[in-house]
Amino acid sequence: MSVTAQPLLEADGLAVQIGERWICCDLSLRLMPGERLVLLGPNGAGKTTLLHTLAGLREAQRGEVRLQGRPLAEWPGRELAQVRGVQPQSQPDWFAATVMETALVGRHPHLGRWAWESSDDLRIAHESLICMGLDHMGSRNILTLSGGERQRLAIASLLAQQPALYLLDEPLSHLDLHYQVAVLAHFSALARAGAGVVMVLHDLNLAARFADHVVLLDGSGKMVSGTADAVLQADVLSAAFGHPLRRHVIEGQVAFLIE
Amino acid sequence: MRARTLPMSPGTAPPPRAAASFSGDTRVTASAGTLPPGMFFARRSAFLTLACLLIGSVGAFLLALRAGSLDAGWGDVFAVLGGQVDGTLATVIRELRLPRAVAAFASGALLALAGALMQVLLRNPLADPYVLGISGGAAVGALSAILLGAATWLVDGAAFAGAALAMLVVFGLSRGDGSWTQSRLLLTGVIVAAGCGAVVVFMLVMATDTRVQSMLFWLTGDVSGASRPWPALAVLVVGVLATLPFARDLNVLARGELGARALGVRTRRLRLLVYLLASLLTATAVTLVGLVGFVGLIVPHLVRLATGNDQRILLPAAALAGGGLLMLADTAARTLVAPIQLPVGVLTAMIGVPVFLFLLVRHPR
Repeated sequence: MSVTAQPLLEADGLAVQIGERWICCDLSLRLMPGERLVLLGPNGAGKTTLLHTLAGLREAQRGEVRLQGRPLAEWPGRELAQVRGVQPQSQPDWFAATVMETALVGRHPHLGRWAWESSDDLRIAHESLICMGLDHMGSRNILTLSGGERQRLAIASLLAQQPALYLLDEPLSHLDLHYQVAVLAHFSALARAGAGVVMVLHDLNLAARFADHVVLLDGSGKMVSGTADAVLQADVLSAAFGHPLRRHVIEGQVAFLIE
Repeated sequence: MRARTLPMSPGTAPPPRAAASFSGDTRVTASAGTLPPGMFFARRSAFLTLACLLIGSVGAFLLALRAGSLDAGWGDVFAVLGGQVDGTLATVIRELRLPRAVAAFASGALLALAGALMQVLLRNPLADPYVLGISGGAAVGALSAILLGAATWLVDGAAFAGAALAMLVVFGLSRGDGSWTQSRLLLTGVIVAAGCGAVVVFMLVMATDTRVQSMLFWLTGDVSGASRPWPALAVLVVGVLATLPFARDLNVLARGELGARALGVRTRRLRLLVYLLASLLTATAVTLVGLVGFVGLIVPHLVRLATGNDQRILLPAAALAGGGLLMLADTAARTLVAPIQLPVGVLTAMIGVPVFLFLLVRHPR
């Protein structure tokens, strides 16, 4: 895989605050096309807030985030949405809609103000549904879906957006084991094809298997960032999560055991 | 590394058949890669619904011109529409029934459109145009004017001023520190409406009998006094045209604010626009015909059941359906128990309440 010179996503001296609490004080990172970054940390450590900051949905107190070399603040909303896609944490639906209509929402930034979805958009949305195993229920009402199906639909909608940078907030919630692995494998495949992926995960073993870089927030403003191998060490993780962990390598795969 | 063996594929290639086994049920669609058959059909049927509503509205309009104590045939109706001016019947149709039908259409359409917008703004399918206190402000204004014995145009002006004032108060208070959450907006609106309700009751108690009658008519909604419907019709046209460029943005907003921002929708600006527009539409409608109830709640609901929640179809369809429905209701209101004329709001509530309860029972959400 050839790696282009320009980083997809860069952060310089990023400081993020919620209320009085600092999430991180001086975060710098650089994500090249093809790389996967995982944000880890205990509940309330600020993973979502950091993800939103990297997505441009929230301003940082200090520092700058650049997408394809251009500061996020300078991106017009629609152009930004064509290049970076966000899957927010799952939230309730208020109105009935079909699964297909919901997947098509991802095409919004690619359509002009007066344009209707073309057959190309339908094809892309349909393929996204296929990826998430939902294509057979395209006309189902979303209010009748299970939690896992809704989550897969949210991901399908993001896939239909076809951005260069994917930002995923707990993409595995409500998913069973098969789909957890399948979703991460799919985004890894997208990364190999040149996309960038930033995701908030909870499962350390999955993180060890699917991350190139890790940013670990500990909730007190301290943070560790680096390559997955460097950050995913027993002592670092035990300290951050406040629970002793052991790291094993089983048949070449890193696995964490809870003491 | 392992993606090769998994049933998911990154690009355009269809997945192996094995993927089906995880879904647990039989596949309805044809081979993967072909387009879902329902989609274009759904859009065509939505446009068909729009066309049917248009035809229905024209029918209701013609019926409103024909029906009444003075018998008219279809020939008379078309003659008047064609420009005939002489004769009592022609005068009745042109001077009384025509403006009344237009007023009923405009106000019904305004309320339904405003209701549909409010439902998206508050992300609540049970919201209606009056939920944010605009009706309360208009009622206080109109009833004050009636209490003081003011002329009709002053009552109209006072109603509009009251509505605008309530809108500014709710908007100003709910903005407060700059945050603008749904629940805060909704709470402020409900509280302002409750306050206005108390003032309305106070004025009803203080008023003389003859004035109480016209106050009650105003409060239930009544088209009979609406002799100048054309400005409201103009506001309606502007309103529909103003929403259309943002209709797809509203689809995204209806799915959640954060997701809409992530998709590049400028939600702050959009919500402000929707709020101001819905308020203007509501204020215009209540100024014209008073507080006609249930149209703004029921009609978007019914239309949503028929066409789905795509605002590009829903908003114009709701306007047409609301206008047509209120014309029919008003025609019924002045002919059912003639010579007594019912306030049209009584009829819309009498139809609306059972329909709404039926919908609630059938669709628990």
